[in-house]
Amino acid sequence: MSDSASKPRPQFRNLSAAQLLSYHLPLAGKSSILHRVSGALLFLSLPLILVPLFAASITSPESYAAMREWVAHPVCKLILLVLIWGYLHHFCAGIRYLVFDLHIGTEKASMQKSAGIVFGVSLALTVVFGLKLFGAW
Amino acid sequence: MTTQQRLGTKRLVVGAHYGTLDFIVQRCTAVIMAIYTLIVFFGFLFSSEMNFEAWQHLFTFHLGVLPVGQLLATLAFFSVAWHAWIGVRDIWMDYVTSAGLRLFLQVLTVLWLVGSIVYFAKVLWSL
Repeated sequence: MSDSASKPRPQFRNLSAAQLLSYHLPLAGKSSILHRVSGALLFLSLPLILVPLFAASITSPESYAAMREWVAHPVCKLILLVLIWGYLHHFCAGIRYLVFDLHIGTEKASMQKSAGIVFGVSLALTVVFGLKLFGAW
Repeated sequence: MTTQQRLGTKRLVVGAHYGTLDFIVQRCTAVIMAIYTLIVFFGFLFSSEMNFEAWQHLFTFHLGVLPVGQLLATLAFFSVAWHAWIGVRDIWMDYVTSAGLRLFLQVLTVLWLVGSIVYFAKVLWSL
């Protein structure tokens, strides 16, 4: 207590855009805000991209072929890559939250560690699906 | 008043428990979506050859007379929509302080999701 009284620490309440740049967000915090961003992204793309693509893929052999043609376009592939990352990050970070609900791994150190695992797994899987998407095999 | 209970030492929990319902629903729908993701992913992986017929079959297969593929996909999609509703509403509640604008965005969110459900169901059940 005496420490905080003698040495005023910077306070961040409602962050301004300028403060946002200097504010050090721990890894768990980055995982958290990206969980929200990826969720919002998937929500917005649901009726605009995801359901239309799904509809084309299952309706008829002709629409399936047309879907494959759209997806072959590089811009479409980039958009899909972002959505694949969004899905994988939301999936991995979500499982981490479900584990917390079981009161597992809620100490500060292990929360940072599990956030690192979320980034490791979701980004590695994004690379794997990305390579598949861009035709590495 | 018989259902009142204390959480910890101070907080008296009262009300209709809508927050508790949302909390539970957010987690149950998450588990349903995760399981369905794995079902489709492994169905895709273990299809001997991936083409239109095999892909469509993942969502239209029957067990006896039951259209299990379509039922599972529809239930999973309801989970997506309910999960998204809770998540997106939380975003509006956190960042939008004007009650009027928030209500407007929440109504828009419901229309967006119900529209998605109808679109998805129409495509899936007309196969």
